[in-house]
Amino acid sequence: MKNNEYDAIVVGSGIAGGWAAKELTEKGLNVLLLERGKNVEHVTDYVNATKAPWDYPHRGGHTWAQEQAYPKLKRDYPLNEKNLDWWVKDWESPYTETRRFDWFRGYHVGGRSLMWGRQSYRLSDYDFEANVRDGLAVDWPIRYADLEPWYAHVEKHAGISGSYEDLPQLPNSVFQPAMPLNCVEEHAAGKLAGAFGGRRKIIPGRTANLTQALPGRAPCQYRNACWLGCPFGAYFSTQSSTLPAAMATGRLTLLTWQIVNEVLYDKDRKRATGVRALDAVSGETIDYSARVVFVCASALNSTWLLMRSATDIWPDGLGSSSGELGHNLMDHHLRVGASGRMDGFDDKNVFGRRPTSFYIPRYRNLFGDKRDYLRGFGYQGSASRQGWQRGIRELGVGADFKDALVQPGEWRLGSSGFGEMLPDHSNRITLNHGVEDKWGFPVLDFDCAMGENELAMRKDMASDFAEILEVAGAKDIHTYDSGWHPGAGIHEMGTARMGRDPKTSVLNEWNQVWDAPNVFVTDGACMTSAACQNPSLTYMALTARAADHAVAELKRNNL
Amino acid sequence: MASPFTRHPSPISRREALRTVTALLGGAALTGGAGLLASCASYEAGKDLSASTPFTDEEIVLLDDIAETILPATETPGAKAAGVGAFAAFMVVDAYSPDNRRIVREGLIALQQASQAEFGTTFSHLSAEDQLTLVTRLDREQHDYQSGKPADQPNHWFRMMKELTLLGFFTSEVGMTQAMRYMERPGRYDPCTPYEAGDPAWAEHA
Repeated sequence: MKNNEYDAIVVGSGIAGGWAAKELTEKGLNVLLLERGKNVEHVTDYVNATKAPWDYPHRGGHTWAQEQAYPKLKRDYPLNEKNLDWWVKDWESPYTETRRFDWFRGYHVGGRSLMWGRQSYRLSDYDFEANVRDGLAVDWPIRYADLEPWYAHVEKHAGISGSYEDLPQLPNSVFQPAMPLNCVEEHAAGKLAGAFGGRRKIIPGRTANLTQALPGRAPCQYRNACWLGCPFGAYFSTQSSTLPAAMATGRLTLLTWQIVNEVLYDKDRKRATGVRALDAVSGETIDYSARVVFVCASALNSTWLLMRSATDIWPDGLGSSSGELGHNLMDHHLRVGASGRMDGFDDKNVFGRRPTSFYIPRYRNLFGDKRDYLRGFGYQGSASRQGWQRGIRELGVGADFKDALVQPGEWRLGSSGFGEMLPDHSNRITLNHGVEDKWGFPVLDFDCAMGENELAMRKDMASDFAEILEVAGAKDIHTYDSGWHPGAGIHEMGTARMGRDPKTSVLNEWNQVWDAPNVFVTDGACMTSAACQNPSLTYMALTARAADHAVAELKRNNL
Repeated sequence: MASPFTRHPSPISRREALRTVTALLGGAALTGGAGLLASCASYEAGKDLSASTPFTDEEIVLLDDIAETILPATETPGAKAAGVGAFAAFMVVDAYSPDNRRIVREGLIALQQASQAEFGTTFSHLSAEDQLTLVTRLDREQHDYQSGKPADQPNHWFRMMKELTLLGFFTSEVGMTQAMRYMERPGRYDPCTPYEAGDPAWAEHA
């Protein structure tokens, strides 16, 4: 019999799980980190990171055969030959849809921390108070002041570049120097300062890309090849940041190919005793025990795990006593905005490939503004000179056509909104026992859609940016709404929300499952509302805060 | 991050750019619908033009000649030097839907027929001037067709050929390093540099 006892078990090695492992080991616990997929070694396993664009046979595209093999992944950019290995294989891990949901997952050490977009923004009390102010869903059990020190804590280690601004709805992080706006963005920002009461403000994107070295990590080299893995460790990932810190304590055990499928629950003690995992290589079922379990399997897989746990007491799983487990599924809705041509900058260009955009923080339904929908949106976008791709739509062939295309084209300024999606009880996931994955486990069924609030917001998301372009002096302005299905934002949130009352929420203010206080869920599943900011930084802070609480409670023998 | 692929030609996220590239490479935007040039299929009756049969050397020469007409050698190398013909052939077979494979092959047959009818010989034997005449006409035809067609109808074959040519050239080593400028690791970001007309663009990376 193996010694399978630890102080703490962390399920999942992505952004949340990596932080849990780091914080718990640094506070002295012996931690078992369980990852369902393969290992990806920092740098050495970034096999495509230094390839040239011409080294890819399809130049980054995908094949017809792959389209047939990946009916879900093909819906969006993840089906590509450059980092396909890091996206879940449709045929191994299917899911079903009562209503469409685009679910793009990464099952390997590091999870989607390897492929994420890196935009990093704090939430504010406008977000934490939103539900109670609107009389919607349930109140967040925490406020900004509860999380503020933990944001600062994780930002120092992760490395967030950005600019200090005076924005109550988007508090400053602890920043490394920002990656600056380019000339045209700077021009637009200047024009905007004198319009809309100064409320629509273009600021540099806040991103988990280093502009200054951190121990073991070099600053960004402006290759903009982040999603292949960074050989310089210049963006935050589990591999570059949290895993080395956890390993350095000597108290971390990382096991791969362990598909955790049940949290083991002692109904007399009302505590979890550990987890049960399927070893995906040997086929063996293995039980691991610990005093604390951190569920960080990514939002919807964390809920999947709870749904399969303690079913002898609660048929719908651990945390289902509230009736809210699996409900209130959210994402950020996007692919709507505008673009225009910016004249007068033909003698300007940029050098280097900046791996971030500009950001326009939320201004709708704030500071006295009142719309016919609730909440708001931010914008991410950029100004850039058009590339050779413009030639595909243009009329033209021959020598002049070619010699024009090898030069940069006109400047365009464009953006897409990132809109808040309201928590809605009817947007949900359930276990589908009729369909099994490769390992014989029931899959998730999705039943989720945008509501009237999101659709009304999208009208502003398109027309507001057209107004911004007018002020910036753009010509040839076009709005667009390319349509959107939940999940395509790859910001899955909710389904095990935090709250103040066990009757209406799954987790308490410390991310503890009400019915099993030694089980913490700290990834996107815990979100009580979605805000409109990219959420990963908040998961980092919530995880570090929960880990601190877990260790304190262990010392008090409360778990 | 520039995204000139997008229908709304806006510079937005890398994700957006890749999504649209994906569509261009035989994805949703190119699939579905009936062939455009069914009347030309009689040229090789009985042959399944939608099959994933590799292109012959002769066909690759034809693709090279069309591509070179679209992007000829000037002061910098052209499409042929970048191996665009072989790339286009590979992409049509490996990345295109059966419908789009057929559309491209039918288009190539139609081009040869037009070349025979008008000039009495195949495209590859024409003078560069006559090649340009035919290709310019095809470009106008596709441009007119594309601007009027419903979104769910397949693209004109010459739109596909033009896409493949531009993609093949501007993502090749020749195109990126000789026609444009390429720097694998810029090492710094300068948000505002002087630019003089004629300077080549900086090529993208990932």
